[in-house]
Amino acid sequence: MSVPAHDSVRQLERGVELELEAAEPSLGRPSLRRPLLFLAAVVVVLFAWEGVKLLGGTPWRAPGALPGSPVLWNPPFRWPFANDLNLPHVYSIVWAMFQPFQRGAEDSLLRYLVGAALYTWREAFIGFVLGSLLGLGLATIFVHSRLAERAFVPYVIASQTIPIMALAPLVVFALGQGVGSVVVIATYLTFFPVTIAMLRGLRTFDPRALELLRSYGASRREIYTKLRLPASMPYLFTALKIAATASIVGAIIAEDTGAIQEGLGRVIITFNQYYATGPEKLWATIFVAAILGILFFLVIRVAELLVLRGRPGVGE
Amino acid sequence: MTAPSSAPIVRLRGVDKVFAARDGARTVALQGIDLDIAPGEFVSLIGPSGCGKSTLLRIIGDLVQATTGEVTVNGKPADRARRDRDYGMVFQAPVLFDWRSVEDNVRLPLEILGRDKAWRVERARQMLDLVDLGEFTKHMPYQLSGGMQQRVAIARALSFEPRILLMDEPFGALDEMTRERLNDEVLRIWEQTGTTIVFVTHSIPEAVFLSSRVVVMSPRPGRITKIVDIDLPRPRTDAIRESEAYFARITEVREALRAGGGHAGSGAGGAGGADGSGAGGDAGEAAGVAGTASARRTAAEGAVG
Ligand SMILES: Nc1ncnc2c1ncn2[C@@H]1O[C@H](COP(=O)(O)OP(=O)(O)OP(=O)(O)O)[C@@H](O)[C@H]1O
Ligand SMILES: [Mg+2]
Repeated sequence: MSVPAHDSVRQLERGVELELEAAEPSLGRPSLRRPLLFLAAVVVVLFAWEGVKLLGGTPWRAPGALPGSPVLWNPPFRWPFANDLNLPHVYSIVWAMFQPFQRGAEDSLLRYLVGAALYTWREAFIGFVLGSLLGLGLATIFVHSRLAERAFVPYVIASQTIPIMALAPLVVFALGQGVGSVVVIATYLTFFPVTIAMLRGLRTFDPRALELLRSYGASRREIYTKLRLPASMPYLFTALKIAATASIVGAIIAEDTGAIQEGLGRVIITFNQYYATGPEKLWATIFVAAILGILFFLVIRVAELLVLRGRPGVGE
Repeated sequence: MTAPSSAPIVRLRGVDKVFAARDGARTVALQGIDLDIAPGEFVSLIGPSGCGKSTLLRIIGDLVQATTGEVTVNGKPADRARRDRDYGMVFQAPVLFDWRSVEDNVRLPLEILGRDKAWRVERARQMLDLVDLGEFTKHMPYQLSGGMQQRVAIARALSFEPRILLMDEPFGALDEMTRERLNDEVLRIWEQTGTTIVFVTHSIPEAVFLSSRVVVMSPRPGRITKIVDIDLPRPRTDAIRESEAYFARITEVREALRAGGGHAGSGAGGAGGADGSGAGGDAGEAAGVAGTASARRTAAEGAVG
């Protein structure tokens, strides 16, 4: 998958900034409205998708049917800008999910993809945990030492301007092909948003609360654990939500470079090569990858609601 | 709790505080402060905005350091007293920790003092009962009104029985009724615990009603212009709020404030011998308070610009 990686990182950076600005309002009350809105949005997308096919697609046939089989619907536009190769029917994609993932295979495509997604998620999750800890550790050092902050934050920022496509082969070369390299690259994409967010988050405490703790003769460590860290939680979770999706993107790209034989990265390469004979398979893979990202995001969101429970503006 | 003793619990000698801004400009916030506070006293600081009341309180509490002078608390330097956990602070705002329930907020100082858990639980309950918040222990701070939050802050400050309670305009943002009720509560607690209270306020009636002594300060650079003894009987009840003696003390404090001068250069601020000043002849009554010479004050103001 040849995503221009530095672009995606830059977007990510912008995303961190935007999310940080919106950090507080984003702690809305959990209600049924959000999931319903999401479902409504999915339905709208499906209708738009098939609507395009209805107007400017190639003749509609039953899923998996060969050319020449009966036509169900013939779109009015003679110029098919949404043919079955660049935009397969949603029903074809769903149908393909329940077919064997390759000729003669036991497993359905869906099963195969879920397996690959879990494999990728495991790598991404390890990278996510390591990256978050690294980011938290760096930010903790930086907020306690102006000197360290001035010396090293420029490198932290510079690290993210190196395109991942240039870095990944170096990591693979150094660490060898294997899960280790993938985890390192996922870590690399994760620590940045956490560092940047926590640099600010660990400084958002109420200065009067600091005076209060000082009046009790609290130590630096107590000030950190009882004030700075809890005060930074909204920032941490905003960053973790960004990091969750970034870790998955990182793992997929790294699987590709690291020639990992399992995982979504591998699957994407394969189905890319055979796209002409089975476009539905690549689309199905993209959906599964997206759903993986959304699920990971939601897990963090739930953790956020649990941790921030009881704070003003957060539902109980 | 504290036996009456002649040794002051807070002793300030020649305390000056100069803030230096980045551009080199200097603000003389306090000048030549001498003050003794006896154990178990209730002392109020009153003076115009910006005269250094908060700064003085923070110097006593070792949250800022005096530029020159001597600060002794409980017979030791202020920073030792702070590390010995002699202070309870209550600020103008409650400063509760959002993520802690009411009872967990009250337990915070006990955690830092390393008290065991059973004691923390028990103590928080007692203190919350004392401020009539026994039913709100599990609430989160944002679910309480401003006055209730302020009472939590008071319970928190009292929970570890500090020798000295430093209160900086604790009821500034509250309505008159709530304020009077909290005044009664603070007095009740003070009488029950025998702690020493240093209390900053802008309200003359509040200062007079609560205190054993009211320290009147002049505008910048802050100096003590007069100390008014409040010899009203205790316990102070609502009846006192309507008594002649109460109004007489209020008048005395008000005149001392006027004499201190809202306007620089009036020359009326110099205590201890500035009898010649026209505005408010009782400035000279500030017996026992070492005033600063008018000349020194004028010079300092010249430096401030
Ligand atoms: N950290 C600081 N840096 C610089 N100047 C300060 C600082 N803190 C206070 N000052 C100055 O010291 C003077 C006294 O301030 P302080 O807060 O003690 O006044 P105050 O009497 O408490 O006023 P108010 O009644 O308005 O609260 C002011 O002129 C203020 O500008
Ligand atoms: Mg003040």
